Amino acid sequence: MAKKGVPLSEMATSDTHGEDSPYFVGWKVYDENPYDAASNPSGVIQMGLAENQVSFDLLEDYLEQHPQEFGWGCGVSSFRENALFQDYHGLKTFTRAVALFMEQIRGGRTQFDPQHIVLTAGATAANELLTFILADPGDGLLIPTPYYPGFDRDLRWRTGVNIIPVHCNSSNGFQITLRALEDACAGAESMKVRVKGLLLTNPSNPLGTAITRPVLEEILDFVAHKGIHLISDEIYSGSVFSSDEFVSMTEIVESGGHQERERVHIVYSLSKDLGLPGYRVGTIYSYNNEVVTTARRMSSFTLVSSQTQKMLASLLSDKEFTENYLRTNRERLKKRYEFVVEGLSNAGIRCLQGNAGLFCWMNLGELLEEPTVEGELSLWNSMLHEAKLNVSPGSSCHCLEAGWFRVCFANMSQQTLEVALMRMKDFTEKMKAKQMISSL
Amino acid sequence: MRVIVPLQAVVQGRGGLVLGSLIPCALFYFLQFYLRRNRPSSSSPPPPSSASGSNLPELASIPRSLSRGLLSPRGSFGPARLSSRGTAVVRDDDNPYYVGLKRCADDPYNRSTNPQGFLLLGLAENRLSLDIIQDWLVKNWKESLLLDDEEEELSIQGLATYQPYDGSMDLKTAVAEFMGQVMQGSVSFNPSHIVLTAGATPAVETLGFCLADPGDAFLVPSPYYPGWDRDIKWRTGVELIPVPCRSTDNFSISIAALELAYNQVKKRGMKVRAVLVSNPSNPVGSLIDRETLCGLLDFVMEKNIHLISDEIFAGSTYGSDKFVSVAEVLDAESFDKSRVHIIYGLSKDLAVPGFRVGVIYSYNENVLAAASKLARFSSISAPTQRLLISMLSDRKFISEYLAVNRVRLHDMHALFVDGLKQLGIKCASSSGGFYCWADMSMFIRPYSEKGELKLWDNLLNVAKVNVTPGSSCHCIEPGWFRCCFTTLTEKDVPTVMERIQKITKSN
Repeated sequence: MAKKGVPLSEMATSDTHGEDSPYFVGWKVYDENPYDAASNPSGVIQMGLAENQVSFDLLEDYLEQHPQEFGWGCGVSSFRENALFQDYHGLKTFTRAVALFMEQIRGGRTQFDPQHIVLTAGATAANELLTFILADPGDGLLIPTPYYPGFDRDLRWRTGVNIIPVHCNSSNGFQITLRALEDACAGAESMKVRVKGLLLTNPSNPLGTAITRPVLEEILDFVAHKGIHLISDEIYSGSVFSSDEFVSMTEIVESGGHQERERVHIVYSLSKDLGLPGYRVGTIYSYNNEVVTTARRMSSFTLVSSQTQKMLASLLSDKEFTENYLRTNRERLKKRYEFVVEGLSNAGIRCLQGNAGLFCWMNLGELLEEPTVEGELSLWNSMLHEAKLNVSPGSSCHCLEAGWFRVCFANMSQQTLEVALMRMKDFTEKMKAKQMISSL
Repeated sequence: MRVIVPLQAVVQGRGGLVLGSLIPCALFYFLQFYLRRNRPSSSSPPPPSSASGSNLPELASIPRSLSRGLLSPRGSFGPARLSSRGTAVVRDDDNPYYVGLKRCADDPYNRSTNPQGFLLLGLAENRLSLDIIQDWLVKNWKESLLLDDEEEELSIQGLATYQPYDGSMDLKTAVAEFMGQVMQGSVSFNPSHIVLTAGATPAVETLGFCLADPGDAFLVPSPYYPGWDRDIKWRTGVELIPVPCRSTDNFSISIAALELAYNQVKKRGMKVRAVLVSNPSNPVGSLIDRETLCGLLDFVMEKNIHLISDEIFAGSTYGSDKFVSVAEVLDAESFDKSRVHIIYGLSKDLAVPGFRVGVIYSYNENVLAAASKLARFSSISAPTQRLLISMLSDRKFISEYLAVNRVRLHDMHALFVDGLKQLGIKCASSSGGFYCWADMSMFIRPYSEKGELKLWDNLLNVAKVNVTPGSSCHCIEPGWFRCCFTTLTEKDVPTVMERIQKITKSN
């Protein structure tokens, strides 16, 4: 007699966690055979992880000069209070510091009220929390494509909310158009799905571009007209190569009317700009008091460690440090970006013109056997197993045009990057040669 | 729409699918049709059921409309509304458990600096032994936080980058050993059965997502920890069914009562997916004995459901009874382990709730696989992981800490219970936790939830003593209160008793 196991929930047994998609499969292959210059030079180079390692030295210098920041002061006297502190309002010094930091990123063009900040353990939790709060199971969230593959899991899995893609294409550099928004809404309507909000990532992941002011204004008008919410995930706002090229949704809101303000919610985190994803520090900033109250209460499932808050409060409020950090980090990312684009260009690969983020959006359409998802995945697979490069295929990001790939460049040393670009060149030459032979 | 849910339950109920469902179906549809015609199109969920007594969800509540929500959102400027889930959270305001905690937060008692402040007897926080931990930190913090394993230098690389979402293996190993020490060597824990989360709050919610579908139920012997009503019900859609325990047998769990509740729930068409218990019990402080644990394991096996044992106070025992973890029983006997899950954390036994460290310990691979993926929404901060690995690995220190802490808990408990006794207030027999479960029923008028809340209100607003009323814990007998004693020092106890007496004397 077969023993029947005790049943689990549908959620536990479904695959909405999406970890079988190529985006994650590539990571697993990397984990099993990671590149190391000395011990494993033929391993897989991870170019699918958007992590910022270019500015660690700046953080380490700071900590060396201010070691007491890492503890609880030399006498550890404030440890007691800190260890007990689990107030979901967050440590006052810390929320103030986060507000200041976000203001600095925006060149002081907008102000952030610390009382409207809700802390979460990472932006992943922030986005999910907002989805729970703004949409019910079966409702829809509009998301422009291509988008971060993690959204499929983070926004849908436990919430039961649907993602309605707003399709963008290369004809205009993948910019979001009113037409695309309207089409997406019409599609949702025909499926009887109630759209509750639009989620933007600005600067965009995976495109690596900051959204322009006219487009942002158009989007805000659109959400106001539809009576829906707007989530602006600005997690890469500090990683725009030139500080005057980023326009935050907060700037658009503050120049607009009062009504629109209540539908806008910003997501931020220290994982990208500050390179501290392990610290799990995310935040929701909302102009809407009800959303702030609700998010705060729900944040009890995802609080930031009080130790971490204390540790980072001084660092983030040190204006001299943060100014220097932001400026230096931007410069270094820009340099990396230009280096990568040049390297890819030498390999005959075009990239979308980008100005932000930890990655670039490259086009390998010419190398596809067929201009389809299958063709793209076949090329991706070859790159992974032959060139030993893990990049992210556009289809995982729901890009409708086959052949685009996201390449991360900030999560490795300069030397490793050089190796990666060389491998890319070799790979493309090989593929082109194959194509020539097969066309004979 | 929430009104439809009970209808589905009826339709899906066992037996009489046609007869049992057709007529109520028709009636319900007529009712909804009528409601829709006469109410605005938007709706919010029914008001949360009252904190005490009610065992089952209300079947036919009329949806209330939002005061702002009268505009149709299509193609016009609608207000920025929240979802029904969001709205329910905004309104979830009036439970005395939370009201009390909030009230005290701004004006907490301090013997020297604020002697008129609120006495925090509603907060299960252990301040008795933080000095011991502090001493350890003074000596060890630098090494514990900053050093790379290989180099002796300051390095954040290892801390800063992405970590496994369900905690590093090093921390899991350290926590597994800590759990073994806490349970005084009676059982050893395997680190690969652990998923770490940012506190026990997300740990228990995660199990809610993994073990049950929306609309399903957990049986929960009551009185139980008020926080579960939020932590489990809010987002998972799982219903908690209190199974009342009686003061006549010191609120111990009765399998017969569970059986009865199970059948009642089944009749209503809901599926019971698990039994949830706390051991040591919150709020009573009693321990579940081995026999009852076996009874629970038999029960869940027979019904093919899960058992969740929240053992977060396992290291905070002080009585003569020995704590027996469900893990110990599983090791000894041949029960099916795959249906047992333990909740644990460092907030109570190690007194570091701010650091957010919770544990799901499960023998079920599929649960572990799902929970470890869900942990991405509530991961522990890396520097905190590193600090704790260091601290927990100092086994000598931990051993001493646990021993001293137990003694202090014992002494404070004895003092407190004695103080209450002098006021004519008896407490349930308890051997663990940070609180005593006090019977103040002789001081409430009338003998009902209303009378209990009146007393609670007087204690809070007149005597400035915050305790947790039994109704918040779903206690079926009015007049019981949970009083935490771990935020006090010995010298504070007379003050506490004086203030309580002010109120009880006048009753």
